[in-house]
Amino acid sequence: MKYYRSHVLVCVDPDCLSRGAHDIEDALQDELVAQGLIDEVQVLETSRIGACSDGPELMVYPEGVHYVGLSVDDIPYLVEEHFLKGRVVQKFLYTKPKFVDEELSAPTPKEVRVVLRNCGKIDPQNIEDYIAEDGYQALAKVLTEMTPEQVIEEIKRSGLRGRGGAGFPTGRKWELTRAAKGEPKYIICNADEGDPGAFMNRRVLEGDPHSVIEGMIIAAYAIGASQGYIYCRAEYPLAVSTLNIAIQQARNFGLLGKNILGTDFSFDLEVRQGAGAFVCGEETALIASIEGRRGEPRPRPPFPAQSGLWGKPTNINNVETYANVPQIILKGADWFASMGTEKSKGTKTFALAGDLNHTGLIEVPFGITLREIVYDVGGGIRDGKAFKAIQTGGPMGGCLPASYLDLPVDYESLTAAGSIMGSGGMIVMDEDTCMVDIARFFMEFTQDESCGKCTPCRIGTRRILEILTRICEGKGQDGDIETLEYLCEQIRTNSLCGLGQGAPNPVASTLKHFREEYEAHIYEKRCPAKVCRALIRYEILPEACTGCTVCARNCPVGAISGERRQTHVIDPDICIRCGICMQVCNFNAVVIQ
Amino acid sequence: MSPENNNHKQEKILAAVEAALERYGARREELIPILSDINRTLGYLPPEALNEVSKRLKEPHSQVMSVASFYQMLSTKPRGKHVVQFCESAPCHVVGGREVWEALQEHLHLEAGETSPDGQWTLVTVSCLGLCSVGPVIVVDEDVYGNVTPERVPEILARYR
Repeated sequence: MKYYRSHVLVCVDPDCLSRGAHDIEDALQDELVAQGLIDEVQVLETSRIGACSDGPELMVYPEGVHYVGLSVDDIPYLVEEHFLKGRVVQKFLYTKPKFVDEELSAPTPKEVRVVLRNCGKIDPQNIEDYIAEDGYQALAKVLTEMTPEQVIEEIKRSGLRGRGGAGFPTGRKWELTRAAKGEPKYIICNADEGDPGAFMNRRVLEGDPHSVIEGMIIAAYAIGASQGYIYCRAEYPLAVSTLNIAIQQARNFGLLGKNILGTDFSFDLEVRQGAGAFVCGEETALIASIEGRRGEPRPRPPFPAQSGLWGKPTNINNVETYANVPQIILKGADWFASMGTEKSKGTKTFALAGDLNHTGLIEVPFGITLREIVYDVGGGIRDGKAFKAIQTGGPMGGCLPASYLDLPVDYESLTAAGSIMGSGGMIVMDEDTCMVDIARFFMEFTQDESCGKCTPCRIGTRRILEILTRICEGKGQDGDIETLEYLCEQIRTNSLCGLGQGAPNPVASTLKHFREEYEAHIYEKRCPAKVCRALIRYEILPEACTGCTVCARNCPVGAISGERRQTHVIDPDICIRCGICMQVCNFNAVVIQ
Repeated sequence: MSPENNNHKQEKILAAVEAALERYGARREELIPILSDINRTLGYLPPEALNEVSKRLKEPHSQVMSVASFYQMLSTKPRGKHVVQFCESAPCHVVGGREVWEALQEHLHLEAGETSPDGQWTLVTVSCLGLCSVGPVIVVDEDVYGNVTPERVPEILARYR
């Protein structure tokens, strides 16, 4: 490997690219040549240096200097100052704002980075960077020192469970696939991360693809597979191209293909792209999609371990599951099992979103409480508002109220509380959120994404959505809550796959924990959070109104009347509840009743 | 349409099918990549293309159609020269997505899934792109735009006019 005294990492995420990251990169190369520094300074591409909100962004190592807001014209000056004279250019130095939406901020004290350890630190397009971080050492150890049975035993002992959401013990799954009759056997990586707001897997694929590839090769050795597929959603074009580059480099290094590392073990990998269907994250639907068919789930059993891709034994794990494997082999099952709770070992990545001070990706050990995630890692609720609910597990998950904040985060606890672990989306909601509206929003999603194969899911989700929409429009009726509960139970027990079985969760959990809000909508025709437009009324406070006429002049439907310097009045029959009057009033005289 | 024009269109479709089959091989399991490729080249999947794929893969037309109609990114209807995708997922919704969506509809005079009469624009919604930390997000053709505001919409669209 050639020695460089300095490395410049250019962020090439879509946001930085759209602001000209490639032009910056070209200008850097040209300028380094012009100033005779090209043999000393290496320019690399990476992903997610910062929040990409002031791109293009650069990171200079070994100093760890982070530059933002550069244009091509600034490059000659930057190169001269930083690389020739050794002076940090303050003008472009990234200074940390008070609250940063930074995906790769230094971990907070409660965080532990295992899966995300390399993201943003190494060049994902250069296999040597990964190798320098102990990459492919676990594979070498497995192929030269361990039998497949020993590998499975080590993974079983570590307690690793499927990170796609269901939490099936990974070692046990490998054992079942290894023992299943039928040749050849296949390995699949489920990279169809479709939950809205969840982008942990995308970050791993874009930032550290080799950790997933290495995990897959080890799994293939353990179960005796010779061909693997990474099924990646088409919405992640950068992940697909990064993976393809990584696979090609692994082949060139003899880590994929025939006789890996000179042993008689052979295995190869291929990336398959989806074409936009949420349900393809379900394993049987995913298999159908790889086979070139409609991505519709089928009943299980038989499970893919017995009859999967083309009817052959197939092991499917999620991106994060595979990314954990090399670390477990390298550091040992005991190290991994020392993190987490009795039944949930290791760490979990989450995408924190919603009304928090710090949103973005986090990685925490299992057993951490929701309170620690919200307040210590997430920095608490934005604008000093009160916490109302946390939604875990994506669109098939549930909403938990403040009384559950001390719940430890692990598979069993979340399920017992009426939510799920899911793949790792977490949306925190403050007091201004209407839970009926939230339930309706999630139902819209599942109803839209239902593949239509089985009736409970196809028709049931539609009926629930209709009732919820009616309630939000102020047309709720006595008996709606009971009908919703009945529908939830029927859909949950009778649907074919996880999508349908989980679809009622947002409704069932809000009915359980926020029932009084449904009752207020239905019986009192009132939205306590003041969100549902049909159930709110804008009024002008006479004591605050100065009669400036701004509201009346801006009202699009002429619902506001009043003389200059006199108190104005909103006619609720004409008002369309657009809220413009409230936005334009300079005296906070418009309120929602 | 004049006969020459029609012939030209036919040739273009067959060439797109040929290129896709060449690239992925005329095998059943490659159906989704093949259709995606044709969709990318032609902007959508015309009936002639589906017929040709069905013939070449020796696969019933109904099977090809069932796949073409299932996936969101495959379109059996003609699409505009530029496709504007709007992320409709919750994280984008809570940071002002609705206002951006309304601005897009207003500037393009289109509803979800519609194509403009002059064939320039198609407006569609898309599920989560995983760029939640820079929402609201829109994608025009293959270019991603984050932190979009209603005010930025005309400026972004102008780049493609």
